Amino acid sequence: MSETHPAPTVFDLFAGFFTVGVLGFGGVLPWARRMIVDQRKWLTQPEFTEMLGLCQFLPGGNIMNVTIALGSRFRGVAGAVASLLGLMTAPVAIVIALGIVYDRYADYAPVHRAFVALSAAAAAYMLSAAWKIASPLRGRPLAIAVAACTFVAIAVLRLPLQAAMPVLAICSTLLLWRFRA
Amino acid sequence: MSNLAELAAVYAQLSLLAFGGANAIIPEMQRQVVDVHHWMSAHEFAALFALAQAAPGPNMMVVSLVGWRVAGFWGALVTTAAVATPSSILTLLVSGVWYRFKDATWRKALQAGLQPVTAGLIMASAALLIQTTAVDWTAAAVTVVTAGLFIFTKLHPLAILAAAAVAGAVGLVG
Repeated sequence: MSETHPAPTVFDLFAGFFTVGVLGFGGVLPWARRMIVDQRKWLTQPEFTEMLGLCQFLPGGNIMNVTIALGSRFRGVAGAVASLLGLMTAPVAIVIALGIVYDRYADYAPVHRAFVALSAAAAAYMLSAAWKIASPLRGRPLAIAVAACTFVAIAVLRLPLQAAMPVLAICSTLLLWRFRA
Repeated sequence: MSNLAELAAVYAQLSLLAFGGANAIIPEMQRQVVDVHHWMSAHEFAALFALAQAAPGPNMMVVSLVGWRVAGFWGALVTTAAVATPSSILTLLVSGVWYRFKDATWRKALQAGLQPVTAGLIMASAALLIQTTAVDWTAAAVTVVTAGLFIFTKLHPLAILAAAAVAGAVGLVG
């Protein structure tokens, strides 16, 4: 495919990310990649991967950050805002609608039991994400030790994140750099 | 009104801590919402988290849902905006200059250092959630079985979540 596709307008950015938000069951990343690279060809696959890498490194939702980086590259601040609003509008409305339904029927036993089971499965989904994110640490004792310290600080000692995170990040960076493999 | 201001303050702080997205801030969000501000119980928080997983969109949707639960429509708007704004401004500033430093030593060192911290954080999120959701042995069994399905099969995550909800509704769980 040619490299010179016309830059998306502010409206294109909103519309493209709106579809991603509507379709994004089970996570928006695969849907965002499909829309940006395969369908609308705003970025090539390597460009998208590079942008995603940056966005994972920064705080905030990964794809929320992609909307900002991509939107601002094509249309400045207006493009960034349009992309982010496009991504967020439908999911926020849908999740609140679900909340209203849950509120109304939470006392009805089958609904209550469904949510007990759904909560348990959602926690397992988080565990599977943790499993996948931790898998590159295999065979790296120092990195595993840092991850274990982080786990103990947050899950066992329940230290506040804003105090623990900078200390852990700095210690980890210095330690892994000093003993880098 | 003070609730809205408190929600904004809590979520604006969480925004810049959300390395890897909402998953990393679930423990701190739960600590703030349940233990510090007493806006809801731990079980209610877990139920909102599950609802957010069932909806499409970024994994940040639990943020909107907590805002809605605490302060209605404006609460949802305030928490969503508060969690999005600081990280978005940072991304806006950094993404413009980032590529220049692609091969810089400090960037590689920081990237390597953050990776295990992110992994540990998300493990902690999962552990805290499971602690809350495993209300009896049937719920714990759902977590074990679905974790196996999420990790070792290519089934659509939504299909697994839906199957769990159906198992609960027909009385196998809870």
